[in-house]
Amino acid sequence: MVTYIIRRLIGAFAMLIVISMVTFGIFFVVPQWAGATPEALASRYVGRAATPETVALVAERLGFNDPVVVQYGRFVKGLFAGAEYDYGAGVEQCPAPCFGYSFISGQPVWPDLVDRMPVTFSLAIGAAILWVVAGVSVGVLSALRRGSIFDRISMGTALAGVSLPIFFTGMISLVVFSYGLGWTPPGGAWTDFTVNPAQWAYNLLLPWITLAFLFAATYARLTRAGMLETMGEDYIRTARAKGLRENQVVTKHGLRAALTPILTLFGIDFGLLIGGAILTETTYTLPGLGQFAILAIRNQDLPQVMGVVLVAAGFVVVASLVVDLLYAVVDPRVRLS
Amino acid sequence: MRRKHALAGAATAALALVLSACGGGGGGTPSQPAQSAAGGAAQPAANVALTQVYNPSTKKGGTLKAAHSSDWDSLDPADTYYGYSFNFGRFYWRTLTMYKPGPGPEGNTVVPDLAEGLGQPSPDGKTWTYKLKSGLKFEDGTPITAKDVAYAVARSFDKKTFTHGPSYLNELLDWPKDFKGVYETPDVDYKSAVEATDDTTVVFHLKKPFASMDYVVQMPMTAPVPKDKDTGAKYKEKVVSSGPYKFETNEIGKRFTLVRNDQWDPATDPNRPALPDRIEVQLNVNADDLDNQLISGSVQLDIPGTGMQPAALGKVLPDPALKARTDNPTIPRLWYVSVIPDTKPLDNVNCRKAVMWAADRVANQTAYGGPVAGGEIATNVMPPPIVGQEKFDLYASPENKGDVAKAKEALAACGQPNGFTTNMSFRSDRPREKALAEAMQQALARVGIKLELKGFPASSYFSDYAGNVNYVKENGIGLATHGWGSDWPDGYGFMQAIVDSRTIRDAGNYNLSVKNPEVDKLIDQASAELDAAARAKLWVEVDKKVMEDASILPVVWAKSLLMRGQGVTNLAYNEGQSMYDYVLLGVQ
Repeated sequence: MVTYIIRRLIGAFAMLIVISMVTFGIFFVVPQWAGATPEALASRYVGRAATPETVALVAERLGFNDPVVVQYGRFVKGLFAGAEYDYGAGVEQCPAPCFGYSFISGQPVWPDLVDRMPVTFSLAIGAAILWVVAGVSVGVLSALRRGSIFDRISMGTALAGVSLPIFFTGMISLVVFSYGLGWTPPGGAWTDFTVNPAQWAYNLLLPWITLAFLFAATYARLTRAGMLETMGEDYIRTARAKGLRENQVVTKHGLRAALTPILTLFGIDFGLLIGGAILTETTYTLPGLGQFAILAIRNQDLPQVMGVVLVAAGFVVVASLVVDLLYAVVDPRVRLS
Repeated sequence: MRRKHALAGAATAALALVLSACGGGGGGTPSQPAQSAAGGAAQPAANVALTQVYNPSTKKGGTLKAAHSSDWDSLDPADTYYGYSFNFGRFYWRTLTMYKPGPGPEGNTVVPDLAEGLGQPSPDGKTWTYKLKSGLKFEDGTPITAKDVAYAVARSFDKKTFTHGPSYLNELLDWPKDFKGVYETPDVDYKSAVEATDDTTVVFHLKKPFASMDYVVQMPMTAPVPKDKDTGAKYKEKVVSSGPYKFETNEIGKRFTLVRNDQWDPATDPNRPALPDRIEVQLNVNADDLDNQLISGSVQLDIPGTGMQPAALGKVLPDPALKARTDNPTIPRLWYVSVIPDTKPLDNVNCRKAVMWAADRVANQTAYGGPVAGGEIATNVMPPPIVGQEKFDLYASPENKGDVAKAKEALAACGQPNGFTTNMSFRSDRPREKALAEAMQQALARVGIKLELKGFPASSYFSDYAGNVNYVKENGIGLATHGWGSDWPDGYGFMQAIVDSRTIRDAGNYNLSVKNPEVDKLIDQASAELDAAARAKLWVEVDKKVMEDASILPVVWAKSLLMRGQGVTNLAYNEGQSMYDYVLLGVQ
């Protein structure tokens, strides 16, 4: 087990290195193919009508005159050994892991990422609880009452949930529940859990439900399909023949077997969400990693892009690892080696 | 069966709720006319704030809730270059001069702010002197002196640290050759550029005569900064206020709050009524949601001030109650097409003129959103709000739909009687520019000019593509969509950056097409002319020369649709700011 985990972590580390190199390459090499000079890159980060002198100074300050390999080496060194930042009136130490400083705002990237993590965690965890409970429950009930009106309505709703993009359901929900009925707060409302747990939950209620609506739909359909297949198996008939109560047959034998693909999907979905629920955070103006990611990309702010890409990839990797470990718990036939 | 009915009922109710919200305009109930503390009442009506103060009030107190769909470039007065930032920043900074608060054309003029009066130029126009008022203080109670203003100007010189701010004073002032900024060369005396001759006198020394100095010093580079509190690029985290408000909190990229600065003395400041007790600003708010919040009242001020998003226009314009809350000014911004003489056959002025004649101005205006959301059809470069602007039309056509016959004549004169092929660039993430490119493609096809459309990302449009000299030449970009707004409302503030050929460098250009030595010569003449009326005439000459040169095809003088926030008092559109005058605002 320990060897397995260590091997997976080494693999994950190698993958993060590759991801960082690819991201760096996309940022620098692709524009260079289009003929971009260091000054052309730097002119993205200056005010309008900046003079050539200003652009040259910014290119120098951001290190664009160095070869890409040197710049990448500087980035990696910052991650492991920290870096120094000259803010004009002095020099600041950026301790490891130093993802650098935003090309636009000059703010250190890592503290900003850490600061935004609670928002994304809060959103992802709350929504995940909702969608797993609702999705799996609806899926099980639909499977058990196949063809009933409940099955038809719930699967129809699930289809809508999968089909409707979150920037649509999100905006509609805000217009109806926040600005129309006044039941929920307007977009942008965020309170830290440690400050006021009740307000935290109230502010996140609408984003949770909207996000859960999207995911629950997939889980309901997947659970239903899995349960329909499982409940037709011979061992279910055997369990019933043994005289087990129906709820035990369903939960202990049916659902447990149907859970494995759901767990896989959950691992990936949750990892991606922790890396940044971009559309949900953008729609509801939540200052989390997703909003950070979209702003970083929009501004072509490389240090921020690198930071959020690596953090998001790291979360996906960890979530996948946790799911693989959970397989062994859910399904005794699985052995980790 | 009962369950079936219940489910069906719930579904119907939910659907009805959604549909009613979609169709109902979301908070479209007309707001009641507000009773102001001054006793006046204002009926909501479209465009009322363009000519008068809407809902006038002197009532102090309350919280003004503001939001921004993006983020500031910087809150540091040396490092910011957005109109909204110049406007909003006056809550926490004061500069030597400022736009006259309030509505109407007077908003285009400048009045003293920190200074006792406007600048006193030397006879040769190369030295400008400003005397400060007495009783000025920073938020910590220390007096504001001329040294603090001179230091602020000197620190703004450092473009390695302050990458975003305007470079006007870097270019205009006579800086010592060995001066590289107050941080890198702290011992170099910069008094050859700016000096405090005593506690209340700031003197600017220019390299050449320049007449628009009073406009330049309304920019935040002249907002005083105490040297002992200056933390370089980190100063934006804790700006020391010289205005009526100071920072209570500042979470960069997320939100900040301003509260009253008790060291600000209203007796020194007739321009700012400072009505709200607090100003809360939320950043990076979803732009469509911001409009919804503005409509519903959760937000009272849309900080960028560039107008509502297309999604909201469909809701606001057909609803009389909502429309009554809007103002639709023409702003000093031109959307246009650069006709680039570097690309053959557009090096021939007659080929450029063929483009002017062939363009369908009405189609172009429609592409930009029509007369309300887009703008007024532009016939020349300078927009109407610019002081001294004259409207003229060298390429008039029936119903503004282009003159095919004259375009063909021009093509014949150019030696391309059957037309030619060229590329047109646009910002692919801007639907209006894409629509404009398509409208141009159709209109020019009428005379045989074939356009190949090339879309590029907005973020690198000027650095890598349309504003990159090599890219334009190597890829034969003949036409490029473009837009420009004035830094201040006179000819220099609008025109210089986009028509002076001496500003052109390798990449990141905003002047893509005007390369005419006669235009450059006229710019120098106009810049040095101290007489305002004569100066304005010279800028009109520049405008005419550019239009004769056919290197800019004007499309629309932009209009924006601004919405007045619910419960906001003392609101007026200021022409100098090209948006609502933020420092006047109060709340009920």
